[in-house]
Amino acid sequence: MEFNVLVEYFRAQIRGDPDVASAVAAIRSLLEFLRRDQSETILGLRENMTQAIRRLEETDSSVAVSSGGELFLRFISLTSLEHPDLSQCKNVMIERGELFLKKISLSRGKVGKLCHTFIKDGAKILTHSSSRVVLKVLENAAADNKRFTVYVTESQPDSAGKRMAQKLRKLNIPVMVVLDAAVGYIMEKVDLVIVGAEGVVESGGVINKIGTYQMAVCSKAHNKPFYVVAESFKFVRLYPLNQQDVPDRFKYTADILKTVKDLNQEHPMIDYTPPSLITLLFTDLGVLTPSAVSDELIKLYL
Amino acid sequence: MADSDGRQVDGVNHATDKDVKLQEIALAKNEGKELTKEEKQRLRKEKKQHKKNKKDDKGPPEKEKEKEKASVPAPSKPATQSPAHKAAPAPVHASESAAAAEKPAKSKAELRAERRARQDSERTSKQGKKEGGQQSASSKPKATPNELQPVVKRLPEHVQVDDPAALKKLAKKLERQQVPLRSDYGYKVSLFSHLHQYSRKSPPTLQISIPATVIHPSIVRLGLQYSQGIIAGSNARSVALLHTFKQVIQDYSTPPNEELSRDLVNKLSPYISFLSQCRPLSASMGNAIKYIKKEISNIPSQCKEEEAKGKLQACIDSYINEKIILASEAISKYAIEKISDGDVILVYGCSSLVNHILCKAFEKQRKFRVIVVDSRPRLEGREALRRLVKKGIRCTYVLISALSYILPEVSKVFLGAHALLANGYVMSRVGTSQIALVAKAYNVPVLVCCETYKFCERVQTDSFVSNELDDPDDLIVTRNGKSHLENWQTVKSLGLLNLVYDVTPPDFVDLVITDLGMIPCTSVPVVLRVKNVDQ
Repeated sequence: MEFNVLVEYFRAQIRGDPDVASAVAAIRSLLEFLRRDQSETILGLRENMTQAIRRLEETDSSVAVSSGGELFLRFISLTSLEHPDLSQCKNVMIERGELFLKKISLSRGKVGKLCHTFIKDGAKILTHSSSRVVLKVLENAAADNKRFTVYVTESQPDSAGKRMAQKLRKLNIPVMVVLDAAVGYIMEKVDLVIVGAEGVVESGGVINKIGTYQMAVCSKAHNKPFYVVAESFKFVRLYPLNQQDVPDRFKYTADILKTVKDLNQEHPMIDYTPPSLITLLFTDLGVLTPSAVSDELIKLYL
Repeated sequence: MADSDGRQVDGVNHATDKDVKLQEIALAKNEGKELTKEEKQRLRKEKKQHKKNKKDDKGPPEKEKEKEKASVPAPSKPATQSPAHKAAPAPVHASESAAAAEKPAKSKAELRAERRARQDSERTSKQGKKEGGQQSASSKPKATPNELQPVVKRLPEHVQVDDPAALKKLAKKLERQQVPLRSDYGYKVSLFSHLHQYSRKSPPTLQISIPATVIHPSIVRLGLQYSQGIIAGSNARSVALLHTFKQVIQDYSTPPNEELSRDLVNKLSPYISFLSQCRPLSASMGNAIKYIKKEISNIPSQCKEEEAKGKLQACIDSYINEKIILASEAISKYAIEKISDGDVILVYGCSSLVNHILCKAFEKQRKFRVIVVDSRPRLEGREALRRLVKKGIRCTYVLISALSYILPEVSKVFLGAHALLANGYVMSRVGTSQIALVAKAYNVPVLVCCETYKFCERVQTDSFVSNELDDPDDLIVTRNGKSHLENWQTVKSLGLLNLVYDVTPPDFVDLVITDLGMIPCTSVPVVLRVKNVDQ
């Protein structure tokens, strides 16, 4: 399968189902790529898969695609591939790939179920930008007949917060859009903060839309709990020490990376929130403290 | 012979059992504290008697040594007890041994096998650790002979120099192993009076004569090098120890009727006691010794001596290669990812691993400069400075008192570690926790580099409980021919404190780089768990 065809397939997936996580779409495309792959040896197959993942990363530079792809590759190859016949091995890999895909398609539901119990009746929730997982959590809480209000930050430069507000209004949840600069002002009114994540790093910190770090610092200052909801395929083997340490390929969108020469003039789209500011992480592996994330990562990756 | 005497005494005092017991109960009501100590001694004696009884069934040569061990403390115990405790020691002792002898008899072969298995596991877990006080008696699991010991994680016992009973126990142990006891020097600050404080001017090697000692000459040399500070630094000490053990194994020959796997381990214990008298063992050395003992006891009995020796030497070589040399390569690879161009890196003292990382990064054409922080009295930073400047790296040198002046310029701090404890605390050269604290206040990331063989099962939250005191005379400075502290011993209220290690809490450390990868400081127990599963 050609890499252009792969990218087209990926884009089609996202267009067809806008609600799907980009990592899930990427993994679906990779599975299709695996099915159509023509290599003769396992090593060649792995080479092609690694290159495919890299191409997908270039298309959509989110951390989740990178982590999802790597986890997918590890999951399918971490079995005994000792059959003499290559097609048999491939079948095993495809089977495992489908298993992986099924598991992660269910992960958002699991997270939603885990987290909504932490929202009490009458709660005021602050969230940042547009996250499908947070939406699922709030949906579950609303379905549980809980009454709560949501404050969403506008989240410039792409005004994703407004989209989130629209979706919440459709669910009949009272919602108010606030300026990014108003986070400190609104913090005393809210009871808890829930944000999604694009990637969860080894230290237990998260990478998310720019503005999340500010929100975390404010909530720490006001002693409000700061919750992060993320699926387990977003766990990535990065360890940033500070904002500078996050690799450039995640900070800026794919088009900007390709066209712009001097990245210092550009504004990054994501920032890094250190683990000391996060209270709990809700994942499909369970409710974790930031220090337990490293334990889970070691289990996933080693 | 001592055995049969004990037996006779038993027979005679059978009748006075009850009277003695009543006496004891009366004593217990008056002297509660002493009785607990006595109880513990009683337990110990019972055990020894138990051992003695069973050993009659076993082959003579192997057990002769242990019989001596058991019988030598038995008669000496009454002697040491009488000054320390007021209760009637002799009849109490005898009655207890009588009680022990009355235990139901079991099949001899069964007992022998269980005894052997228990000894092996006890030996491997107990030896190579610091001598403790009563804890060794009470911490011995009181398993009846039928149960095999569960896998109990035995931790090093604490040094208790200000406890006279513990000291006596240590003295007895050393006497048994024919290792000279080193005496403490000078007044100790009260907070640290439970630790040893030796003087460099009186090494333990003065008290032994090479021809007449059981200690191998290369071990004597190693001990002298440790006590004089010629070999210093965690990695250097471990590697030197392992090389010396290779020499010892080379020169070893199994005595007739003995098994290499059992006898060699017994031969190593006096050496280890001697080395810990010269300088307390480091965590890395402790782990290395545990590994060697495990390897030795895993030698199958039908293995020929030459083959066994060759295997052991190969094991030691591979340990050094994997855990130290290759580990430092892996750590450098990860660490170089964290060094970016234009960085200002702060290092403290002389860590072989950190120096290696910086040299490798410089070879990979990273542009950075280094600030070396140093402290008295060791002034190890000068050695680090020498090595880095030789490579061509731009360096600055400051003393630790100038730390807050220099920190605004720093972008990262790289620290070495002596050991990583199970609760995430980092044990390193004294001054490290100070650097981590100030770096945290300035929001500078602190990276600790440590190989996994230095990970320790111990838990410590402060630097007092377990530490090392160096020679206090090192703190005396001679300027213009005058040393003001020369006669510090004459001033009764003056104490000189020369600490060697301190512990840094995990909140101050941002990242630990190990050969397994980059982990947060709180994940050390996870690594220990993974390692134990592997073994």
